[in-house]
Amino acid sequence: MSARIGIVTFPGSLDDRDAARAAYLAGAEPVALWHDDAHIHGVDAVYLPGGFSYGDALRCGAIARFSQVMETVKAAAAQGMPVLGVCNGFQVLCESHLLPGALVRNAHLRYRNRPARLRVETTRTAWTNAYAPDAEVVMPAKHGEGRYVADEATLDALEQNGRVVFRYLDNPNGSMRDIAGIANEAGNVVGLMPHPEHAVEALTGPSTDGLGMIASVLAHLSEGARR
Amino acid sequence: MARVVVDVMLKSEILDPQGEAVLGALPRLGVTDVASVRIGKRVEIEFDENAQNVEEQSRVIADQLLANPVIESFTVSVQPDAVEAA
Repeated sequence: MSARIGIVTFPGSLDDRDAARAAYLAGAEPVALWHDDAHIHGVDAVYLPGGFSYGDALRCGAIARFSQVMETVKAAAAQGMPVLGVCNGFQVLCESHLLPGALVRNAHLRYRNRPARLRVETTRTAWTNAYAPDAEVVMPAKHGEGRYVADEATLDALEQNGRVVFRYLDNPNGSMRDIAGIANEAGNVVGLMPHPEHAVEALTGPSTDGLGMIASVLAHLSEGARR
Repeated sequence: MARVVVDVMLKSEILDPQGEAVLGALPRLGVTDVASVRIGKRVEIEFDENAQNVEEQSRVIADQLLANPVIESFTVSVQPDAVEAA
């Protein structure tokens, strides 16, 4: 039976359908989850997609943090369930304190949408184990608030503990230390700004590198099942 | 009616590109002696007539929702007319 990946739709989510298609193409079973429903329907992993949850009111991700579904996602993440937050999903994870730091306005103030070249900095996460170490991948970035910031102590801790997951090769937004994605301490929660779900088919994406993230979580889950 | 104003500012160590953009536009107004511009948010909260612990509740609202303590600081001020009403 293929693993069930829950994809949350918040009011204003945009990439939930793309994420579902990415999950499907990579061999998982996508399951639609709703922001106002605390029940996550027995999924094995959760994907928080990009978009503008709650219209980005106040700060990106600030309101989504208080949604019904996030209470459950937080509890499940603490138990080790793989959780991926992409773009707005990454912002939600930071606002929910599942990941440290924050994502603020791009340093140049412009919305940036173009393929981003990234280096996979660690394969020791639930979402990146299928990549080759130091692999260079291309995934579309499209955001106005993607500049990753945290205090120096937090940044040092992320670097020392191998929790910087993706780094920009051409920093598009002024992120500190070129950080595009990070993980929690256990490696089951990962957030990144560029979009793996937009890099799954040659027809519509700059690469198919995004499939590796779903392949990773499938490998992670089946390994867990074997244990 | 208790009225509380919460001011939210980006911490000084966080780059404020909006402030920088405004600063950059000032010479076009003929203003050339400004060293720095920082932009924040002002939030006005009106509590119900008989609300209790207005300042305390406002601090919770500011800390948990209005400001992200990772990047922002805030000040809470209960407006004078609210003090009279209490």
